[in-house]
Amino acid sequence: MALTTAPPQAPQTQQPEQPEPIRRRRVLLSRLDLKVSPYLYILPFFVVFAIFGAYPMFRTLYMSFFDWDLANARFDPPVFIGLDNYKRMLSDPYYWNAMRNTFGVFLLATIPQLALALLIAALLNRPFLKAKTFFRIAILMPNATSVTAVGIIFLTMFKDTGVINWALGLIGIGPIDWHGDGGFWSYWVAVATMVDWRWTGYNALILLAGMLAIPRDLYESAVIDGANAWRQFWSVTFPMLRPTFLFVSIVAIIGGLQLFTEPVIYTYGYTVRGGDQREVQTLTMYMYENSMVSFNNAGYGAAISWSLFLLIIVASIGNFLLIRRTAR
Amino acid sequence: MTTQAEVTTVPATRTRRRGRVGRTSPWVYIGLTLVSLVSLYPLYFVFVIATRSMDALNSPTPTWLPGGEFFNNFSKALERDNVHFWKGMINSIIVSSVVTVSVVLTSTLAGFAFAKLKFRGRNVLMLVILLTMMVPTQLGLIPLWGMMQQWGLVYDIWAVILPFLTSAFGVFLMRQYTLSTVPDELIEAARVDGCTTFRMWYSVVLPSVAPGAAVLALLTFMEQWNNYLWPRAVLSPENPTLQVTLGYISYTYYTDYSMVFAALLVAILPLILAVLFFGKQIIGGIMEGAVKA
Repeated sequence: MALTTAPPQAPQTQQPEQPEPIRRRRVLLSRLDLKVSPYLYILPFFVVFAIFGAYPMFRTLYMSFFDWDLANARFDPPVFIGLDNYKRMLSDPYYWNAMRNTFGVFLLATIPQLALALLIAALLNRPFLKAKTFFRIAILMPNATSVTAVGIIFLTMFKDTGVINWALGLIGIGPIDWHGDGGFWSYWVAVATMVDWRWTGYNALILLAGMLAIPRDLYESAVIDGANAWRQFWSVTFPMLRPTFLFVSIVAIIGGLQLFTEPVIYTYGYTVRGGDQREVQTLTMYMYENSMVSFNNAGYGAAISWSLFLLIIVASIGNFLLIRRTAR
Repeated sequence: MTTQAEVTTVPATRTRRRGRVGRTSPWVYIGLTLVSLVSLYPLYFVFVIATRSMDALNSPTPTWLPGGEFFNNFSKALERDNVHFWKGMINSIIVSSVVTVSVVLTSTLAGFAFAKLKFRGRNVLMLVILLTMMVPTQLGLIPLWGMMQQWGLVYDIWAVILPFLTSAFGVFLMRQYTLSTVPDELIEAARVDGCTTFRMWYSVVLPSVAPGAAVLALLTFMEQWNNYLWPRAVLSPENPTLQVTLGYISYTYYTDYSMVFAALLVAILPLILAVLFFGKQIIGGIMEGAVKA
């Protein structure tokens, strides 16, 4: 640091020798620098976001009111159809199937995931725990594994003769057809397992960070008041953890409701139908099918996109209210 | 399991508070060891399958030990004319690196402005940046594809670089990091010395926030390396990123698992090694970002 601040000192000693107009210009320039450059420094973010975030977002809304062929817009110009895409959604069985799958997998994945993450964080939060770094790195490893890789790994482990059926066989549960015809539960469980394997440890670390930030003396006074560990958790840890838990659950909602890669790879990835009977096709997959596979349904895909976005917002607000209430 | 473990420690804490110090219930270790095994086994499984011939997967009992077939399996993946493995690897390295450099530079610069410079609208603009984090990627996918098509960038790796050149999370993280590591006096001193703000960023802020910037770099690199939805939409298996290649071989050669897993192992190895070597720093960064959010 000393080195870096040294050079600017040199011009300062020369300053008094400079003629008056030059000095005034320097003062003006530095005032301009202080006024204008902050905006220049934050500009790149806003430019990129405007082009690749905000504009596409509203463009999606605009497209959702049209019958739009994405690949061939020149010869098949978009036609304004008002709310027809949204009306079509209401009576489209595939849309409701995708909705059911999205929420089914989401709940099946998220509830155990957050409960387990909380538990693991509580275990890691023990003072004087040995091999702390090892445990932390071990539970972060799945998160460093790419989603496509996770998909392929679990696709293989959920095979008829795979490791998971073997392990279930040890406790007397007969082989389960995890790619079963017609049984969407098997698909949901498999996909939820992948999601949880990749995210539970990561969330545990974030919750642990929240736990470590809770002042120790709160626990000390709880102990003096005779609170046992269970009681301490619910009267001190969980209420204090509320902001962190809110953060983790909202990230889980945003990510979980947009689930795409895991179910795609789990159903072999060639199509985005999510199995022969669309057992695990999510809303993002259905949006993709309509606009990135058959490009001529892009307007309908855009409507699905916005419906999903509104769902995410509603779910986030609901979650916020729920957590605020339970932690009181 | 843990409630039991926790309950058993209570009498000790109540009677002799110092007795709790240094003693952790064995259940804690058993629980954490189980969790670690579940976390690590699938990765070991990749290693085993990638180094064995096909029979390892078809046997009714799992195979536990690795074999010596790795190079055999991996060269099969390289020999397929329709699998562009190295091309995917190089593209992934280019995409992740370019995005990482850009995100780190723009985030440290903007983070410095938000943390240390005064300007009108500072708080509102920061809030706007935080809100943009709520916009899901799928929402802009369709028009984004249209834009790339207009610019002639479909099937071009620039299509997967441009949208990610800046990051709201990065700006936020570097703002927090600058606030906590760069004292105001240092900025004041630089100003008295006649530093321009750019010079302040370059020679005062950057050296101080380097550890945080390194974590941001690793997290950004990981995120880009693992992206799938958008690359799948806009790239082709002929000019893919590594994840697109993986997705492609998994549905094209799903019968030849030893080959798929050999490719998989090579594809996940860089990040596994990164976590092994820089795990402590990455975890520190993740945890720091979480508490401050």
